[in-house]
Amino acid sequence: MALLAIEGLSVGFAREGRFARVIPDLTYSVEAGETLGIVGESGSGKSVHALALLGLLPQPPGRILGGRAVFDGHDLLAMPEARLRDLRGGRIGMIFQDPMTALNPVLTIGRQIAEPLIRHKAMSMRQALDRATDLLALVGIRDGARRLSQYPHEFSGGMRQRVMIAIAISCEPALLIADEPTTALDVTVQGQILDLMAELRDRLRMTMVWITHDMGVVAGIADTIQVMYAGRIMERGPVNAVFASPRSAYTYGLLQSLPHGARPPGGRLMQIPGAPPDMFAPTPGDPFAPRNPFATPRCHREAPPLRAVEDSVAGHMVAAWYDLPRLLA
Amino acid sequence: MRAVWQALTRRSGWLGLFGATLLVVLVLLALFGPWLDLPDPTRTNLRARMVGPTITWFSLGAHPLGTDQLGRDILSRIVAGSRVTLMVAGAAVLLGGVLGTLLGLISGYFGGWVDRILMRLVDIQLALPLMLLALMVVAALGPSLRNLIGVLALVSWVRYARIVRGQVLAVREREFVQSARAIGASHSRIILRHILPNVLTPALVVATLELARVIVLEAGLSFLGLGIQPPDPSWGRMLADGRTYISSAWWIITFPGLALMLTVLAVNLLGDWLRDFFDPRLAVR
Amino acid sequence: MTAPLLRVKGLRRHYASGGGLFGRARYVTRAVDDVSFAVMPGETLGLVGESGSGKSTTGRLVMGLEEPDAGRVVFDGTDLTSLSASRRKPFRQRMQIVFQDPYAALNPRMRVGDFVEEPLLVHGVEAGPDRVAALFRTVGLDPAFMQRYPHEFSGGQRQRIGIARAIALRPQFLVADEPITALDVSIQAQIVNLFQDLQESMGLALLFIAHDLSMVRYLCSRVAVMLRGRIVEMGPTEAVFGDARHPYTKALLSAVPIPDPAQERGRRRLAFDAGGYVFPPDAALRDTGDGHYVLMGEAA
Repeated sequence: MALLAIEGLSVGFAREGRFARVIPDLTYSVEAGETLGIVGESGSGKSVHALALLGLLPQPPGRILGGRAVFDGHDLLAMPEARLRDLRGGRIGMIFQDPMTALNPVLTIGRQIAEPLIRHKAMSMRQALDRATDLLALVGIRDGARRLSQYPHEFSGGMRQRVMIAIAISCEPALLIADEPTTALDVTVQGQILDLMAELRDRLRMTMVWITHDMGVVAGIADTIQVMYAGRIMERGPVNAVFASPRSAYTYGLLQSLPHGARPPGGRLMQIPGAPPDMFAPTPGDPFAPRNPFATPRCHREAPPLRAVEDSVAGHMVAAWYDLPRLLA
Repeated sequence: MRAVWQALTRRSGWLGLFGATLLVVLVLLALFGPWLDLPDPTRTNLRARMVGPTITWFSLGAHPLGTDQLGRDILSRIVAGSRVTLMVAGAAVLLGGVLGTLLGLISGYFGGWVDRILMRLVDIQLALPLMLLALMVVAALGPSLRNLIGVLALVSWVRYARIVRGQVLAVREREFVQSARAIGASHSRIILRHILPNVLTPALVVATLELARVIVLEAGLSFLGLGIQPPDPSWGRMLADGRTYISSAWWIITFPGLALMLTVLAVNLLGDWLRDFFDPRLAVR
Repeated sequence: MTAPLLRVKGLRRHYASGGGLFGRARYVTRAVDDVSFAVMPGETLGLVGESGSGKSTTGRLVMGLEEPDAGRVVFDGTDLTSLSASRRKPFRQRMQIVFQDPYAALNPRMRVGDFVEEPLLVHGVEAGPDRVAALFRTVGLDPAFMQRYPHEFSGGQRQRIGIARAIALRPQFLVADEPITALDVSIQAQIVNLFQDLQESMGLALLFIAHDLSMVRYLCSRVAVMLRGRIVEMGPTEAVFGDARHPYTKALLSAVPIPDPAQERGRRRLAFDAGGYVFPPDAALRDTGDGHYVLMGEAA
């Protein structure tokens, strides 16, 4: 049964007197226990939609135009702010990209981990700090009791992201939404955080939505991959199936443009031409069509619906008028 | 330009638009004052001393805003005074702005002992009360239009220098400046082509806010008799003269005071709006 | 064997921090510590490392954007570190730099055509719209864009403009300081391919500074791995990637996510404490054969 079901979410953005529908009509769901990896580049709507459903979208310039986001039987978009606040940091945990600005520089780490526990679990400060020590140990920070009294500037970038994770999982959320949580980190630190998250997910039985631009990260952590472009889902399905046989030219292009091993003499990377779409000047039809060498005339006229891929595993879906494997054969 | 107009006409920009309109009207009035059919602002007429405002809903009358203790027409004196005020303030702001921006650029770009000396100078000047400084200089050099402009420029350059220096420190580290160094561009080219254009906007914002301050300061100096000398009209001078008659002829002090207040308000509104417009941290996008 | 185009010897740059008004500095950050390497004409050397490893500082020292505390930067036989600004200027035609952030790398108040033309004017080389238009075409931009300002361009286009400026004087050597890190995934391949095209048409030597190891493996013939200001391993790319010797290089390679679930799942990442690692006291880059150098003590 779906823990989170988004139906017909539509989000607009105003800038300099112009208005864009950055997410025209988004529908997808996340099953309990599933890890969904959402991949996209700038303008894909991957971060905006997460902020929208958490009630964190700055309005204005953003505006939620319609749709539902049903979490555990309740529509997040129709919920009063007070109830949403109870959910955020409680049953829904969040981690964002920048561990440098997400922590309050004038409060100790202990206070910041304790706060959600006091708020959501009605703990006393003492209990909360005890629990915070355990949480730091859980995210791999040794000597937790001492570090609780330290301030964010005394932690490295990787350590701060661990603290953010400790805060996010402190109330044992049913759903964890992570928006590019490892992008600002070094490769080795990213590796440690990925391992840590996978372990915590299994131990706490969390459902995760992991937003990233890195195909490698999704390959490691997600059960399901959802590729987004211009606010739409281009392709979605079990990671093995999608990586083995991508059906959207965009997914295919993303995978092919990554280097594999050494360069053969005179070789070039396969490149996607053009630039990410300008949401303030939308083109008709499939938004990827202008950059798609496989685009058919129909792609330029009419946006394809998301449909099941016939000759693949269950749950593999694509929005395309063309049949990619046939074109590649 | 279109972006500026759009931002001005947006809901949050109406105060800025109001300020800008008011200022434009004032400048036009100052520029074209002499061509208006107004009485000579310096001609005394002892038979028409302290005539009250003659303006009604239907006509202006002989002296719309009344006359002063020497029978001079107050409206024409305000219009003539606006010329003096705007010219003095404009020249002082321009002079102080150029000087301050230049020193701020040098201070921020080169750093080291140049920077330390200039910034201590700024600190010292900021510690001195402005009016006292102005008084000392005018008292020493004697009151004249040129000295007045000079002293006003002197008290305002520090703000530009400070703001510009801070901006230069930030811009200096940007990669396009590094890139200019990498191609071997000279210091003057880097400062003039790469740094100056990127610090001009904050300097412009300072200039508008400074304009309001300088106008008030000029009025203050003239009020004390150290600014514009009679018989030339100036708002500060008119306030000083009207003070004596405040109970018998309220209009002599009220109308120049009102003109001063409106001008400063207009400039400040515009300045605040400009700051919001150019400061991306405050701007609502 | 040809002579190297660039030779860096014992380069050192330390930053003092934490000192009071009169007190001595409390910490010294060894941003770059005894770094030596060479770049052959037309070659691509990859310089990899994590944030704070000193790889960008090394690039800036090579370009003379910062002065080293010790060491030499020898370009085509001339020691640049001893030159005055005016004597150094001719060399600036021959070596250029491309920056990471395409948003900070262009002057927002300058038309991009003027920005690309500027190096030609500074060096008194024949300039003019035709020359600039040709540069725009070389980097794959429409010359009609010359009259526009930077904010009208996307990240990828801005990076192309930065590259056009860097190659305007037809340099022999280019420092590329994380040139694709800030770009969208779908744009990165375009820029990497552009570098390859330029390298082949101009015979450009490249110091490619990056933290994306798979891209470095693809693009570079040799690679140097930096850790806390020092080169810990250097050699032909396939030797380093295929047979990493230093524990840090091993950990780095094991951490790179592979875009293939079959390989990525159940992969074991090696742990390495980059901050706590202690260099052996007699550590030096030692040749393990075939130009594959590893930083290690005598005993190892």
